[in-house]
Amino acid sequence: MDWSTIMWWVMAAVTVIPAVMIVLSKDIVRLAFWLLASLTGVAGLYILLGADFLGFTQVLVYIGGIMVLILFGIMMTNRDAVLMRRGETSGGAMLTGVVIAAATALALLKVVKDTKWKEAAPVDMPATTARVGESLLTDYVLPFELVSVLLLIVLCGAAYIARRRPEET
Amino acid sequence: MTTPYTLVDWVLGDGAGWLARFIGAILVWAVPITGFVSFVGLLSIWLERKISAHIQCRLGPMEVGPHGALQTVADGVKLLAKEDIIPADADRILFAFAPMLAFAGTIVGFAVVPFGPGLIVADLDIGLFYLAAVGSLEAIGVIAAGWASNNKWSLFGSVRAATQVVSYEIPMGLAFVTIAALAGTLSMVGIVEQQQGWIANWFLFRNPFTWVAFIIYYIAALAECKRAPFDLPEAESELVSGFHTEYSGMRFAIFFLAEYAQMYVVSAVAAVLFLGGWYTGIAPLDAAIGGGTAGMVVGAGVIVTKSFLLVCVQMWLRWTLPRIRLDQMMYLCLKVLMPFGMLTLVGSTVWEHFLPSPAIVKDGGGWTGNTVMTGVVVAAIGTVALVAYVRSVIRATPSLRAASNS
Repeated sequence: MDWSTIMWWVMAAVTVIPAVMIVLSKDIVRLAFWLLASLTGVAGLYILLGADFLGFTQVLVYIGGIMVLILFGIMMTNRDAVLMRRGETSGGAMLTGVVIAAATALALLKVVKDTKWKEAAPVDMPATTARVGESLLTDYVLPFELVSVLLLIVLCGAAYIARRRPEET
Repeated sequence: MTTPYTLVDWVLGDGAGWLARFIGAILVWAVPITGFVSFVGLLSIWLERKISAHIQCRLGPMEVGPHGALQTVADGVKLLAKEDIIPADADRILFAFAPMLAFAGTIVGFAVVPFGPGLIVADLDIGLFYLAAVGSLEAIGVIAAGWASNNKWSLFGSVRAATQVVSYEIPMGLAFVTIAALAGTLSMVGIVEQQQGWIANWFLFRNPFTWVAFIIYYIAALAECKRAPFDLPEAESELVSGFHTEYSGMRFAIFFLAEYAQMYVVSAVAAVLFLGGWYTGIAPLDAAIGGGTAGMVVGAGVIVTKSFLLVCVQMWLRWTLPRIRLDQMMYLCLKVLMPFGMLTLVGSTVWEHFLPSPAIVKDGGGWTGNTVMTGVVVAAIGTVALVAYVRSVIRATPSLRAASNS
């Protein structure tokens, strides 16, 4: 096995094992930290695929931003209430969950089986950042600008909702 | 893109297998860097004690070694021998994991920080972006520590740390983008190499807006290191000692080491982005030193000196400024630094469009004359304006006013 295969297995384990632990974990804060590990694994897989920019965007956005906000939100809640106990899920909900999970797994397996995968030898990682930047400002400038405007609207909306209204003070 | 020349290749030769390269990377980089971090920690803690003492008209540690230089070593031994206490109701696994995460989150930053020409662990194509991405990992360790301690003061510290992360990251990112737009690359080595030659080529003096970007970066970096006036997660006078209230012995020492390591990382990044990295700023001197081993040694000395000077400025600020409140920290980061950061980004690119720095001299020729001088003058005006603005904010805020008067 060459190093990229080994690293692929390592990263796959880092992604999948914490993902299973997220489902099994009872403590919501532990769960958040398992999510952190899983997201790191996904970032590692992106980097192994040669998408270094995407990989570190994953780290920046999900770990630096969203994880911090999730933890922030959890810490605002009561500690006793966040300890989820096992057995609270009713039988019906459990059954529905299992059926949906099995159906999703079957569909994904079928896609994996039916896709014609191309085998490619691992290559030296080309620099992607400059190309990403160029595409964003040439070929994909319209979607890029649209997403920017959308995010700006979201930002304004969030600020408006969170704003303290005069009558409430 | 060819694989960049690294120290590991130099030690092992080109034909080494991946396992040899992996072990080589550990021996050549990971072990010395951990040693360097410990050295930085020892030196910085001693410096901090001496600087704080002298600012407060005291002597500081004087007993152990010359001028107390070995005091930190003695304290380190003491910390090693201390009992490892975990509170009864703490989340034991997270409690043990938090200092590791904080320390690892800091030390990964060293992967792209150059120690000199050719002395860099990995000259990533996205080095600057990598730094921005891993910068918040340490804060997650801090948040974990505060939560796992099961102590309300620790939890307050954690929530403050989380708030601080989402506040400082934006102005810091804008300062990064300003430099990336000028350099046209995110590689740390690429950024340094554009600042070759006379001191005027340093990005700090490239145009008036980069000057402002440096100030923005430095303030945001203070917040990243949780240093005063941004030591809200620790806040000894309010939260006992914040997120590490329950930590003692080596676990506490690791948090401490992580803080000082991060101070070095942000200072080294400031040296790379704004202060010419390993170049002395005197073109004939750089040319005389040349490349090779001499260049490596001198370059390493130059960049480490610059970084330590900036670390000392951080200490100076810590012992001079009062701590600001949480809402003032958010106000400063999001309503003052962020607009200035955006102005800096736009202004810098517009300036480069109309007044491109033409003769940014690679071979150490003359000064670039008008452009640079105009830049320095306007930078002075910009700094005065920023100071005046901050002063007006202080005057408008009663608590800040009281703090600055006392």
